[in-house]
Amino acid sequence: MIFGYSFGDLGSILAMQGFAGLILFSVYVLMALGLAVIFGQMGVINMAHGEFMILGAYVTYLCSHLFTAYLPGLFAIYFFVAVLLAFAAAFALGLLVEWAMIRHLYRRPLDTLLATWGLSLVLQQLYRSIFGAREVGVELPDWMMGSQHLTDTIEVPINGLLVMGLTTIITIGVFLLIYRSNWGKRIRAVMQNRTMAAAVGIDTEFVDRVTFGVGCGIAGVAGSAFTMIGSTSPTAGQLYIVDTFLVVVFGGAASLLGTIASAFSISQTQSTIEFFLSGSMAKVLTLLAVVGILMLRPQGLFVLKVRR
Amino acid sequence: MTARFFLRPQDLLFILVMALLILVVLPMSLDIFRLNLVGKYLTYAFVALGLVLCWGDAGILSLGQGIFFGLGGYCMAMFLELEGSTPEATKIQSTPGIPDFMDWNQITELPWFWKPFHSFIFTLFAIPLVPMALAFVIGLAMFKRRVGGTYFAIITQAFAAILTILIIGQQGYTGGVNGITDLRTLLGWDIRPDHAKLVLYFVNAGLLLACIVFAYWVRASKLGRILVAMRDREDRVRFSGYDVANFKIFVFCLAAGLAAIGGAMFTLQVGFMSPYFVGIVPSIDLVILCAVGGRNSVLGAVYGALLVNWARTTFSEDMPQLWLFAMGGLFIAVVMFFPGGLAGLYRDHLEPALGRLFGGRAPTPPGSPETVTSMVEQPR
Repeated sequence: MIFGYSFGDLGSILAMQGFAGLILFSVYVLMALGLAVIFGQMGVINMAHGEFMILGAYVTYLCSHLFTAYLPGLFAIYFFVAVLLAFAAAFALGLLVEWAMIRHLYRRPLDTLLATWGLSLVLQQLYRSIFGAREVGVELPDWMMGSQHLTDTIEVPINGLLVMGLTTIITIGVFLLIYRSNWGKRIRAVMQNRTMAAAVGIDTEFVDRVTFGVGCGIAGVAGSAFTMIGSTSPTAGQLYIVDTFLVVVFGGAASLLGTIASAFSISQTQSTIEFFLSGSMAKVLTLLAVVGILMLRPQGLFVLKVRR
Repeated sequence: MTARFFLRPQDLLFILVMALLILVVLPMSLDIFRLNLVGKYLTYAFVALGLVLCWGDAGILSLGQGIFFGLGGYCMAMFLELEGSTPEATKIQSTPGIPDFMDWNQITELPWFWKPFHSFIFTLFAIPLVPMALAFVIGLAMFKRRVGGTYFAIITQAFAAILTILIIGQQGYTGGVNGITDLRTLLGWDIRPDHAKLVLYFVNAGLLLACIVFAYWVRASKLGRILVAMRDREDRVRFSGYDVANFKIFVFCLAAGLAAIGGAMFTLQVGFMSPYFVGIVPSIDLVILCAVGGRNSVLGAVYGALLVNWARTTFSEDMPQLWLFAMGGLFIAVVMFFPGGLAGLYRDHLEPALGRLFGGRAPTPPGSPETVTSMVEQPR
């Protein structure tokens, strides 16, 4: 008996909390992946990352309404269309932002941070003007609702499973893109040595722009997935931005594996503590642990061995 | 070699203009409500001053200045709250003698970290020292390991998030999301009526002017030059035998201390302190004050604090929906088109024009040694 629970109960609690942690983990990974591409690979701090995510969420919200109104027969699969559209919208906005703002500031990382914060304020107000200040939720098709009973005491929600599936697909996609494709080779070449990459004929400006766009696009997909487990409001993105940055920094900025490992440890720690203490204390303890470890090991968990 | 006075004549003139503005012009032209608002803006100017030293000179961008502002404010608020919570004043509570929000949260004894705040002397020392101690710990851990730039910015931001969540979560000990409110007296003196606000305004303005002169002194000293050298060529300073980390820790603590003074004055003038001021959003807002005014100009930062906050008040009174657009646009415009801020605009455009007008000499490019001497000797 621990804390008044029997071991059977405790096992179920651990499994359920573990699963809740896995969903949190998936959302963290989705958000952090886009950031890992932009911050980890390009070294650009994009404080508007959360707003790109919310863009994806609003696109999904619009989709659900459009399908209800015009294509009710296809409503069951609207979510997949929404994910693609969310990616496209965030990707396009990302390209625009890179062209208009980011490319002028590559040499001044701290200024990029401030400028993108300004962008995030503008986007927030834009969402508020268009969609209103209140939170909106999407309608889910019937098959995505409900939960799957594994045993008598353990059940898992289906939308959680979907989020995890989506995360897995995106993660594998990003991994293939960066480490296995020619395109990824170019991205890494530009990031490691811009001058030499340009000298061997890589269009570095184009690579920068598309990389930024892809990072934003992934944020859009994260936002789309986010609508399945929470509601969307104009300022929701801001709530997650610090967490997401910490996930990426904690994992070691340039390492995808590190990002995933750190998202896993942070989310599991938080959801486990959450059960025994209050939610806010869980968050405080988790963040303190992360910051504490970062102070001892500022380069993060996983480091690329490069000479600086 | 005799030490030269650290203020050049033109610096002295600018400081006098500033003093005239905040000590004479504003108090004479504004009613007490508006003056109290200006006093509030000026408390942010303390933070902006610290950021000029820390960010503009030393190149360390801290996105957590709200932490120090808030801690300073909370120290002051804790003292005022305890003064108001005498056993007689709180005798209807189930535990008299403790702040009302503690009583609502079923706390029956004053927590240990509240106890020293019965003493005014302790509070006066705690206001700068508590935030500086935290800044020292953060700085020690980060700068000794050569963490800087964007990483440092993110970590300070994480601290702001942690502290906000902590304060909101521990409602019984901190007053929670409402903060510490309804503060009335300072050492028996009522801080709420108009004449008290007037006195506090002048105390605040006087303190600010003292801090401005102090910032000028720091920047003119050898320390100030090392800071700038560190920002521009950190390696060379290190190779010259200076311990870069110690200088960074020092200036970060200094900025924290300045922010804390601002926070304490804020509590006194506004009468409450809430976790909102500790958070991420206000912390970044404080940076923009400094950026708009000019990150390399002490007085520019003060003007920035006044202007941006005045604009914020005006906008949110008349067209609140436009304010975030304006604020966001301001961020982007300052960074992309005039990184020197208002002071930079003045230095690049107005000053050469004035020079032509009064000096009758062709202006030399700003920053060259000749400009400096010609400005010093300029007759006025």
